[in-house]
Amino acid sequence: METLMILLIGVLVSVATYLVLSRNVIRVILGTAVLSHAVHLLILTIGEVKKGEAPLLGNQTANGPYTDALPQALILTAIVISFAVTAFVLVLAFRAYKTNGTDDLEQLRGDEHD
Amino acid sequence: MRINDVILRTVVRFVVFIILTLAIYLFFAGHYSPGGGFIGGLVIASAFVLLYLTFDIEKVQQGIPVDFKKVAALGVFLAVGTGFGSVLFGADFLTQTAQKFHIPLLGDKELGTVMIFELGVALTVVGVVMTIIVSIAEGDGD
Amino acid sequence: MTIHFAIIFPLLMAALIPFIYKAFTKVKIGWFVLLAPVTVFILLARLIPLISSGETQTHTYEWIPSLGINFTTYLDGLSMIFGLLISGVGALVVLYSIFYLSTKEALHNFYCYLLLFMGAMLGVVFSDNLMVLYAFWELTSVSSFLLIAFWHHRRASKAGARKSMLITVTGGIAMLAGFIMLHAMTDTFSIRAMIAQAPSLVEHTLFIPAMICVLLGAFTKSAQFPFHIWLPDAMEAPTPVSAYLHSATMVKAGIYVVARLTPLFAYDLTWFWTVMIVGLITLFWGSFNAVKQTDLKALLAFSTVSQLGLIMSLLGIGSLAFHVDIDATAIIYTQAAFAALFHLINHSTFKGALFMMVGIIDHEAGTRDIRRLGGLMTIMPATFTIAVIGSMSMAGLPPFNGFLSKEMFFTSALHIAEADVLSRASATALVPVIAWIASVFTFIYCMIIVVKTFFGTTEKLPQDRKIHEAPLGMLISPFVLVFFVIAIFFFPNVLATYILAPAMVSIYPGLASMQEMTPHVYAWHGFNTELIMTLGVVLLGFVLYRTLAVWRRIYNTLPAQFTLNHVFNRVLSEGENVSSFVTKLYMTSSLRHYSLYIYVFLIVIIGGYFIVNDAFRFSMANNAEIHVYEVLLVFMMAVAAVAMLFVQSRVTATVLNGVIGFGISIFFVIFRAPDLALTQLIVESVTTVLFLLCFTYLPAWKPEKSSRREKTTNAFIALFVGALVVLVSLSVLHFNEFKTISSFFENAYELAGGKNIVNTILGDFRAFDTMLEVVVLCIAGIGVYTMIKFRMRKGDDRHEN
Repeated sequence: METLMILLIGVLVSVATYLVLSRNVIRVILGTAVLSHAVHLLILTIGEVKKGEAPLLGNQTANGPYTDALPQALILTAIVISFAVTAFVLVLAFRAYKTNGTDDLEQLRGDEHD
Repeated sequence: MRINDVILRTVVRFVVFIILTLAIYLFFAGHYSPGGGFIGGLVIASAFVLLYLTFDIEKVQQGIPVDFKKVAALGVFLAVGTGFGSVLFGADFLTQTAQKFHIPLLGDKELGTVMIFELGVALTVVGVVMTIIVSIAEGDGD
Repeated sequence: MTIHFAIIFPLLMAALIPFIYKAFTKVKIGWFVLLAPVTVFILLARLIPLISSGETQTHTYEWIPSLGINFTTYLDGLSMIFGLLISGVGALVVLYSIFYLSTKEALHNFYCYLLLFMGAMLGVVFSDNLMVLYAFWELTSVSSFLLIAFWHHRRASKAGARKSMLITVTGGIAMLAGFIMLHAMTDTFSIRAMIAQAPSLVEHTLFIPAMICVLLGAFTKSAQFPFHIWLPDAMEAPTPVSAYLHSATMVKAGIYVVARLTPLFAYDLTWFWTVMIVGLITLFWGSFNAVKQTDLKALLAFSTVSQLGLIMSLLGIGSLAFHVDIDATAIIYTQAAFAALFHLINHSTFKGALFMMVGIIDHEAGTRDIRRLGGLMTIMPATFTIAVIGSMSMAGLPPFNGFLSKEMFFTSALHIAEADVLSRASATALVPVIAWIASVFTFIYCMIIVVKTFFGTTEKLPQDRKIHEAPLGMLISPFVLVFFVIAIFFFPNVLATYILAPAMVSIYPGLASMQEMTPHVYAWHGFNTELIMTLGVVLLGFVLYRTLAVWRRIYNTLPAQFTLNHVFNRVLSEGENVSSFVTKLYMTSSLRHYSLYIYVFLIVIIGGYFIVNDAFRFSMANNAEIHVYEVLLVFMMAVAAVAMLFVQSRVTATVLNGVIGFGISIFFVIFRAPDLALTQLIVESVTTVLFLLCFTYLPAWKPEKSSRREKTTNAFIALFVGALVVLVSLSVLHFNEFKTISSFFENAYELAGGKNIVNTILGDFRAFDTMLEVVVLCIAGIGVYTMIKFRMRKGDDRHEN
């Protein structure tokens, strides 16, 4: 299962990298979104999956072993932060478009390199 | 982004309250089962987002006359404040403590300072998500 | 404790200055400031009997004990001299500045910086810990920078400040490196502990590098050749600052460090040669250049450079005492160090007085240019007295204190010429010659100061003002200093017994007793070589002064492009050009390039590390089982991801991103992470809404305009990164070298009273992270809000649609 997940993560990372390297702002932002998906999955997978119950103590069904809770806490934080960052760069892109009239990053490079 | 769909509007009116109830459940259940401040806050926010998607901004703002920026600020204040609260009692920064209460009908329940902290987190999440959405939605002036 | 207070008090006052300035607008705040140096001076003066009896005082305040960095103050004879100078001259300078600076200036800034400097300088001389000393050392550089640039609307002020900052801070960093090397050798930061193990350090490989680094710091600070170029430019500072920082105290910090570390480094002859030769060159070069100056302050600056070189070379000669047996020969060399300390004090008195004199002239006559000055003797008799006494002392004439220390300097120079302990004795025969020539030039510029300013005609003076004698307040401080110039000549042995003798023990711990190392200073020591040398200086100096117009031309023989200043400017501007060229090579302001750098480095460094160490592992042994629906889900997500690359509509791409996100939330369910599943589900919905909202304002996708080559590169990089992530992840997947810490959190109920482990981690175990995350979230929200709303206010008002 882990190997399969890691292969999936590899595909996601490749796609994200390609998107990040493109010229269009929205594609770059989508790339970062995909990249954070990949990283969340990666953290969870490295923590070893399917090794126990959900990390809820005193559940009627089981009394351990539990799945590693630490990666889950990390990911929970990461999800919320990546949402905030995505929102921020989206607005940044939209602001930049409003100001400069283009969403092409190569045209946003400034006068010096024109 | 205006959807003139009577069925959607009618359904949303009810669904929003169900979602909000769920949110409050999730928030309080957080310490024992899935849920907590983040999730509670996000669910509340998603309920509001649903309202905004269905109705006009003006109409929703009439219904919920809240400045979400202030909600976010209050949330951060609560989250950081509980940290300093424990310092006032001589404990380390952000030490949480809990106390068992006997509440009629509900039985023994535990109430802790962690609830205030979680409330802060939830309010921040609601405030920030709504601030972002509402700002973008309003921001098509020019 | 007293010493800690002495350091902290000026710094505390500096912090209070803004409030005092606000509160008392009627009174000049200089009067409040005066409190700091006077208090410190009295505190220290009360300890003189204790120190002169050979005692020392130590007090430690633990700061970073785990790194061996403690705020330890150490009061002994050497630090006492400097402490008294800093507070004593400080008090006089503050008093002088009250009358010198008009209330229209930014006095609160001035006194704040000045007090900052005072505290820092006291910290330098009283710290026993090298790291603390370094911190204060840099603080003196910073406050000096601020004071030089006090009139920051002047170009020259800014340039001078920048130059001094660059040179002294560069030296300071070298010194830090030296201190760290010393720490590596001795495993302590305490100077006294280092000195205790000094004899065993000579053989260490780091000994010479550490010595050179520390000397670089000391030489840059004390304006030794070739680093002296900052000092003349620093004269753009207000005159009280020049008198205080750039002649009496800060430039002596380098002297202090050399004197303090002599018992540590003197065991190697390199120390002796370096310190003495650099000192002698500085002595000559400073005095030689002072003669050609036309600005009185610049002249005094070069003279300071030269006098600092004199003190430095004396310390170098003094260090030779560590290489001879403890008998009469050692005492000969310790007398050089004695002369150094003696001259240090003398220099502060007469140079302080001279700077204040120049300040008065500048203040009253409106110029410091000796080509315009003249005939002030009758107009300003008091100032004239100061100038004559200060200059004659500087020239080394009786009956002033400069004469005594100059004679002792000659004695030491003659001794070193005869030294038979050195294999290269012939080279040292030049020492008295250089000393004598430098003294001749010193005599000439002293003549220039007095004659060009006070004799001759007043014709060329600025005519727009009525020149008169300075107000009494401005004359008090220089007269106090001039009083010391004369008093020390008549009673040198009081100073020697109470102040200088204990300092000798600091430089030569355990070498000889305090009494043995303290010579009796005589004003008249017979008709010997030294006296003949002085007479020669006066004679030749007088002749050369009269013929100045004839030989002045030699100053023009050195072309401008070979001067040190030119070299310095050239290096600076070339450095700027090169760095801007190099920076432009890679800072292309193309996001794609920056991302490429990151990815290429990732591939090269991480991939390279794994290949070099052969760290790739692959094992499916401990894998969990796979269900068919999981394979389908993975397949679906992979297809969605790849499809994102090819779709032409941004809405489709966003929806595909959503597919991946929802797929992940299903995996969170499968992998027993209910909290994550819920969060992911909602966040994904909200994110999709966000994207769609933003699309209403952004243009539709056009086909990518990138070239084929660009696309191929991107694809290759993407494939490499993906493959690398897969390989590395597979290798670390079942890495079991470290014990997992997760079992700790399974005690969540006992420790945090919660049963949802994830939530207790967020709310209790790692609540600090969560708190900061909430703050970050709020910042992002504010960022979004302001980005949208601020534009609204600038544009037209139709933001309500």
